[in-house]
Amino acid sequence: MSDQSGNAIDNKSKRYDRQIRIWGAEGQQRLEHARIALLNCSPTGSETLKNLVLGGIASFTIVDGNKVRPRDLGNNFLVDAARLGHSRAQVVTDLLKEMNDSVSGSYVEDTPEELLQNNPSFLEGFDLVIATQMPEQQLLQLDELCRAKGVKLLVVRSYGLMGYMRASLPEHVVIESKPDSQVDDLRLTCPWPALLEYAYSFDLAAVDKHVHMHIPYVVLLLLALREWRASLGPDTAPDRLPGNAAERGAFKQVLQGMRRYQGEDGLPLEEENFDEALKSAFHAWTRPSTPSEVRAILEDPKAQNLEPSTPDFWLLVAALRKFVASEGGGRLPLDGNIPDMHATTDLYLQLQRLYRQQADADVAAVEGHLAALLGALGSPGRAIASSDVRHFCRNARNIRVVRYRTLAEECSSDAAAARGTSLAAALAEEGSAANANLYLLLRACDRFAATHGRYPGVHDSTVEDDVPLLKQAAQQLLGELGASSGQVQDDYVAEMCRLGAAELHVVASVMGGMAAQEAIKLITQQFVPFSGSLIYNAMASTTSIFAL
Amino acid sequence: MEDTTPTNSSERWIDIDKLLTRNGNLVGPGFEPGPELRDFLQQDCKVLCIGAGGLGCEILKDLALSGFVNIDVIDMDTIDVSNLNRQFLFRLQDVGKPKAVVAAERINARVPGANVTAHFGRIEDMPLQFYQEFTVIVLGLDSLEARRYMNSIACSLLEFDEEGNPDMSTIKPLVDGGTEGFKGHARVILPGVTPCFECTLWLFPPQTKFPLCTLAETPRTPAHCIEYAHLILWSQQRSHEEFDTDDEEHMQWVYSNALARAKQYGIEGVTFQLTQGVVKNIIPAIASTNAIVSAACVLEALKLITMCSTGLNNYMMYTGSQGIYTHTVAYERDPQCPVCSAGVEVVAPADTTLQQVIDLMLAHPQLGKMLAHPSVSYGSKQLYARGIYEEDSRPNLAKPVRELLEGDEPAALLTVNDKKLSASLRVRLRLKEPQQ
Repeated sequence: MSDQSGNAIDNKSKRYDRQIRIWGAEGQQRLEHARIALLNCSPTGSETLKNLVLGGIASFTIVDGNKVRPRDLGNNFLVDAARLGHSRAQVVTDLLKEMNDSVSGSYVEDTPEELLQNNPSFLEGFDLVIATQMPEQQLLQLDELCRAKGVKLLVVRSYGLMGYMRASLPEHVVIESKPDSQVDDLRLTCPWPALLEYAYSFDLAAVDKHVHMHIPYVVLLLLALREWRASLGPDTAPDRLPGNAAERGAFKQVLQGMRRYQGEDGLPLEEENFDEALKSAFHAWTRPSTPSEVRAILEDPKAQNLEPSTPDFWLLVAALRKFVASEGGGRLPLDGNIPDMHATTDLYLQLQRLYRQQADADVAAVEGHLAALLGALGSPGRAIASSDVRHFCRNARNIRVVRYRTLAEECSSDAAAARGTSLAAALAEEGSAANANLYLLLRACDRFAATHGRYPGVHDSTVEDDVPLLKQAAQQLLGELGASSGQVQDDYVAEMCRLGAAELHVVASVMGGMAAQEAIKLITQQFVPFSGSLIYNAMASTTSIFAL
Repeated sequence: MEDTTPTNSSERWIDIDKLLTRNGNLVGPGFEPGPELRDFLQQDCKVLCIGAGGLGCEILKDLALSGFVNIDVIDMDTIDVSNLNRQFLFRLQDVGKPKAVVAAERINARVPGANVTAHFGRIEDMPLQFYQEFTVIVLGLDSLEARRYMNSIACSLLEFDEEGNPDMSTIKPLVDGGTEGFKGHARVILPGVTPCFECTLWLFPPQTKFPLCTLAETPRTPAHCIEYAHLILWSQQRSHEEFDTDDEEHMQWVYSNALARAKQYGIEGVTFQLTQGVVKNIIPAIASTNAIVSAACVLEALKLITMCSTGLNNYMMYTGSQGIYTHTVAYERDPQCPVCSAGVEVVAPADTTLQQVIDLMLAHPQLGKMLAHPSVSYGSKQLYARGIYEEDSRPNLAKPVRELLEGDEPAALLTVNDKKLSASLRVRLRLKEPQQ
């Protein structure tokens, strides 16, 4: 390899270092294979795409029929004054490419509406279509197209001092959801034989001071449980757990009683491992639980009605389900990780090895079920790599499935009843009223535009007169959605007219950040994308998600 | 006559103008819509952006495209390759150049009329008068210390009337943003009105370090091995050299020694990437979160100055890894905050001497931590000064402090300075007559 290309690879990993620490090399690989289509490159779209180009997507294509105008100089960073009058799509493409040499970019000088009319198959080449500043009517058609072609869709809008975002795809599965925090999977309430054997191999009375102070708290808690059970009498069930405040208090006393307060030299002993054990005492009585999201996934019909076309994810879920029902004893596979804890190196590594071995055993059991399922499917030659099974098992608590209604389902008035009630309720409740108003009014503005050929308040001269008309459109919409008990607030109607469909750079930039983030989640299949309709309220600086 | 050149035509600002020239109901108190507002933004307003990095680049862009013209930016760093995934004003060829300088150049080149002035240097090196000129200061910082510093600067500009109420005309607004991975925050600090950074210091838990005995005797994780090489081995084997995280050779040395230690103890997982992360305390960063937080901050700055909409009150947290979630809290001021209140109260018997007052301050649970060798003034009068006037002011220490104050006010407002402080503190001294 020449020095130049070696340098290039080195620079690339350096460039992306800060984000690779978040989604790893695999996530970065997926990002670097992503092909994105952007519809409209006013600031909302340009900022979204800028954040993705910086992240290193493979390529983008911008569809925009406008020329660069003075208004763009006022709100869009991805245009320059020297190219007023040029194709906006071309200018934004050029300026974006400057930000990252590795990203390919192209453009089509067409309005999205025209392009989709004349060449709907255009969408097929993309992993994700980001549709910005498009009205409801066009979005409904676009969504239908995207669903038919199996292309993911992300809808983003900035409108005055509010923003809107919505993803649309049938289903998104995640293995590595990477939750912010998680309870360690220690299984002290249901230890496996090897772990118990290891813990019981310690004779606290006999070990020397150094060992006593460095026994990992996992062992201390298991020993304390044994002693606590013994204190309750010889007939105590071997799996009895401290069940109430009094018992837990007694358990902690037992633990404290196991301390050595003085070394052989007579000096007081500070035993940090015991301090840690006390802080982590809840592990001795808190049973491992399967998150509700995971239980729902295990019960999902897709994991039961297996077919040759079933994707790997659902086959793994099916195998997991069999494991939970048999070897797992109702529990998920052990994830195999232990947190750092006060201990000697050797004692810690021994404990770590025990956890990893048991986790591996669980993986092997799941693999066995998987093999049986694949055999029953009659798909010879189909296999799932061991490393993938292990990855899945390690993340069993973290698997997530997100499903999205079509835009038509959200917008149509058929079967609107349930959604209408929740919209009316959201409009009435203090905590959600403001953003529910914005959600409704954005849609009402699209209605207004369809009727009057312009958005409310676009011109100074009509700002006041448009208010009652917009209110009317909103109330009509409420009626259609089966939410006529809902009230739209006059202040918000007036504010929507005041803002006259302005596209403010700062609002577009907030939306561009959130949209790029969601696009990255959809592409890398890590973390959890939001589902539903997101409203950003730039007045109060809040966001709400409505599941409508 | 309106200038109709494309870069100056009113069409250019048509979006912002809707916000600034039209009246509304959901606006800030005292909102006066009209063309004068944008004129003010573009001509009279001066904004300072602290930092030209991940947040700074975004803040500068957002300010320039929100009608601000006179923008200063200060940053002491130079550009690194690892910045390029989000600090979009910089290119590969810019590596090594000062961030503030390049950022200013790029904004000025792209946004017609923008007047960004760069300061390549430390915030601590700028005089107080520098900060005084700005209408609002937006912070795009990445450290607690720098935030505390800027906070103390802004709060020191705050003056109080005799009743201890803030003089609104001396309020220097700060808008502070921060990000880490998918998380971030934006907050508005109006000294004297909202909590200042010091009031809510408890929001930032102290960073825990590994105990030395773990590093030296019982390493268990790769990070232990790395910090052993970095903190212990280096001071044993290369004590004459100051460890430099930007020095490739220093980092490689730590890495290979960390590997050796890990091998010795049977610990897996030491990589160069982890070594860098641990030693440099690298915070993962992405463009999207920076974009969100920066724009939220600039929006608040715009609202603060123009009242064009309701403002954030006063702290917004953002998290985007599991869905999208924001949480806005109206934190309250600590009325005893040593930095932004009218003064921390110190109560003393009526015949207390100045020396005893100083001793009381040093023994005070909050003040004591912030002071070492304080100087004390009362209004413009230096009661006790460190430095060249120490000898002259020393006799005051033995005097009853009552003699040094004027009048019979229930509480005297003292100003305390100290080398340890970045800006002066206020102390309210209350002298109590003995009970009859």
